[in-house]
Amino acid sequence: MHEQHHEHHEPGFWRKYIFSVDHKVIGIQYSLTSLLFLFFGFSLMMMMRWQLAYPGQPLPWIGRLFGEANMPEGVMVPEFYNQLGAMHGTIMVFLGVVPLAVGGFGNYILPLQIGAPDMAFPRINMASYWFLFVGGVVMLASFFLPGGAAQSGWTSYAPLANIAPTGQTAWLIGMIFLITSSLLGSINFIVTTVQLRVRGLSFFKLPFFVWAQFVTSFLLLLAFPPLEAAGVLQLMDRVAGTSFFLPSGLVVTGQPLEVSGGGNPLLWQHLFWFLAHPEVYVLILPALGIVAEVIANNTRKPLWGYRTMVYSLIFLGFMSFIVWAHHMFMTGMGTAMSTFFQATTMIISVPSVIILTCLAISLWGGSIRFTVPMHFALAFIPMFAIGGLTGLPLGLTASDLHLHDTYYVIGHFHYVVAPGTIFALFAGIYYWFPKVTGRMMNEKLGKLHFWLSLIFMNGVFTPMLLIGVAGVSRRLYDQTGYAHGAAVQDLTVFSSWSAWLLAVAQIPFIINFLMSMRKREKVRSDNPWEATTLEWATPTPPPHGNFPTAPQVYRGPYEYSVPGRSADFWPQHLPEEAESTQPRPATT
Amino acid sequence: MGETAYGWWLPMNVATYGGEVDYLINVIHWIMGILFVGWGIFFFYCLIRFRRREGQKAVYQPIHAKPAKYVEIGVIIAEAILLLSFSMPVWARFKHEFPAEKDALVVRVVAEQFAWNVHYSGKDGRFGRTAPQFISSSNLLGLDPDDPDGKDDINAVNQLHFPVNKPVIVHLSTKDVIHSFKIPVMRLTQDAIPGTEIKIWFEASRTGQFDLACAQLCGLGHYRMRGAVSVDTPEAFAKWMEERQSEVSGTGTEY
Repeated sequence: MHEQHHEHHEPGFWRKYIFSVDHKVIGIQYSLTSLLFLFFGFSLMMMMRWQLAYPGQPLPWIGRLFGEANMPEGVMVPEFYNQLGAMHGTIMVFLGVVPLAVGGFGNYILPLQIGAPDMAFPRINMASYWFLFVGGVVMLASFFLPGGAAQSGWTSYAPLANIAPTGQTAWLIGMIFLITSSLLGSINFIVTTVQLRVRGLSFFKLPFFVWAQFVTSFLLLLAFPPLEAAGVLQLMDRVAGTSFFLPSGLVVTGQPLEVSGGGNPLLWQHLFWFLAHPEVYVLILPALGIVAEVIANNTRKPLWGYRTMVYSLIFLGFMSFIVWAHHMFMTGMGTAMSTFFQATTMIISVPSVIILTCLAISLWGGSIRFTVPMHFALAFIPMFAIGGLTGLPLGLTASDLHLHDTYYVIGHFHYVVAPGTIFALFAGIYYWFPKVTGRMMNEKLGKLHFWLSLIFMNGVFTPMLLIGVAGVSRRLYDQTGYAHGAAVQDLTVFSSWSAWLLAVAQIPFIINFLMSMRKREKVRSDNPWEATTLEWATPTPPPHGNFPTAPQVYRGPYEYSVPGRSADFWPQHLPEEAESTQPRPATT
Repeated sequence: MGETAYGWWLPMNVATYGGEVDYLINVIHWIMGILFVGWGIFFFYCLIRFRRREGQKAVYQPIHAKPAKYVEIGVIIAEAILLLSFSMPVWARFKHEFPAEKDALVVRVVAEQFAWNVHYSGKDGRFGRTAPQFISSSNLLGLDPDDPDGKDDINAVNQLHFPVNKPVIVHLSTKDVIHSFKIPVMRLTQDAIPGTEIKIWFEASRTGQFDLACAQLCGLGHYRMRGAVSVDTPEAFAKWMEERQSEVSGTGTEY
């Protein structure tokens, strides 16, 4: 392996920072790319929120910048609204949260936590980032195609997507790149975890974060190929005249659709949700992993029920493959199918509840440090709980009769992903920032960021649950045409203002992030949080190859406050005799 | 709900089976609320009692939490009850126990971008044959002009009228993309899937004017794909039917 030569062959700028094969550089590339995409995806939503709150009114200041086709006189047209909606979903899921949670944190942290010098396949790792990058560029460029970007929802249901403008073709090509990226990444994570653990690091000594990434990788590996196939089939439907998803006899705007026919639109939904439900757990599991790390570290005690959590995680991963059709209860499904899928949906809630319960009980008997990452990790628990609980009435067919495809669904999964997963990702950023940069982030700005985000996140999504119970459908350009929509318009306005203020609440984070990279004081220890896992045993920031000498692991991942020891943490890599060799930092 | 039909919680219920759906939704929210609050109390108690302060040392192995197991089992039992005694029976009854066609009003609803064609069989009680090749701007349903059954058929675009206290059977289909037939006050959502015809039923227990919404993104006009639902007294319905019938006036043309 050529990495061994690095001491006498320093790579140039391009090889070091752009086309790097170092998992840490790739992790940072993933993180920065996905943070930019998260911001971009959020901006699309902020524009949609204007149209929802003030339908038909020109968007102030910037409305005219989007061109006559999209926003004549600054007023959004429905086609553009649909583009923003479809691309918000696509970007947030496939270019924002997943690349940050898996590509960013997974790439940077996982090899460090298992004591590996790098990923098992560094070049495949680099390829996976660049596939993502190309996929992202294709998605962004699609806005400039005639007819604009994809506009059939992030779910791209056939036949609507089949007859949509060219942007949909770009979406499919972009998705094929993104999926390929994820597949390359997942195989790399699996092999790395299995093969590159240091001596002594058995599976049940792995940090929970590694377990979460490991299970996630299996989900990606097994769930994405059906969508990749489906994407290719829809692409063929659009460009090669096939009819995988088009039945015979369609008449669009009064004209018969000239296609061979004989296909089935529900086939697309099955293939799509066969990916997209495990995908939900791809969004959640790494977040649970981060939260578990931060909670163990800041309660200064082992996680309660570590093994139970691991078993639940595996069970969760398995179950996530057999619940997908609960997204399709209203497609005309009979009792046998719906009975199966609502039963599995109820069953999958059990391991989720177990993991959350374990995290909550882990607080008992702790000595809780309210650091910034701990704030986010703690808030994750009730927010994720709301997300999980609101899944119940959607998972039961009878209540879904009313709530299906309403704002209740939007509120539900955003509670899971936004104040849930994204809070966990913030926790991860604040927690690992000192390892990556060697500098601490500002605590005051961090807490300001936290409290404002918590308030406005709930301001955005709680109203959606009520709007959904009131029966208002999702994806409406203007809900006020309906009596039940007009009745809850006040809530929609409230939600919109909360969204814009949520954007303002990110300013302290952006300032903190950028300032702390250069200006803030350097950490005085490689282990500023006094943590036990292996990533803190490296120099700061970790050099190419990570560990000066390969560490050995002697104990489980969360040996905090072990009776009879003076220090309240006992790192995994320290042999029995030695007390902590780390210098104790002056502040916590 | 009092006088207003729509507010910040469930809209007025008009469906005969809607009470069960509402009951389930309310019961689940109570369970969710109790779980969340009970569990939130534990959460905040921990945060306060075990906050880092002078003399607060973490305990390595503090508890064998039996109560957690009981809560867990409680959750499982609650979910099983919701599933077995509420959700499944309601769904099964709604999906399988169709009223007899002779006791019901049977209509065909054909969705298209962005309107609802409501097809009544007319005086003869028989629907005319339809096929895609006959569809035109004057024949939105695509009725076969040679089929005598279709001569008196009525297409009420975006107008779904039906009598109160009588089951309605809808044969739902679509010409182009997926739409979803949603009447919030009827606690009803059903996708219209291209290439298939799906049979649903409902029955209203009170008269009034309501909205029929499209609940599945179907294109740029999705938001305005709105139909008017009118639950009439039997007399009013018969009168409305007669007026529509006279418009068709046996010429076989549709509007």
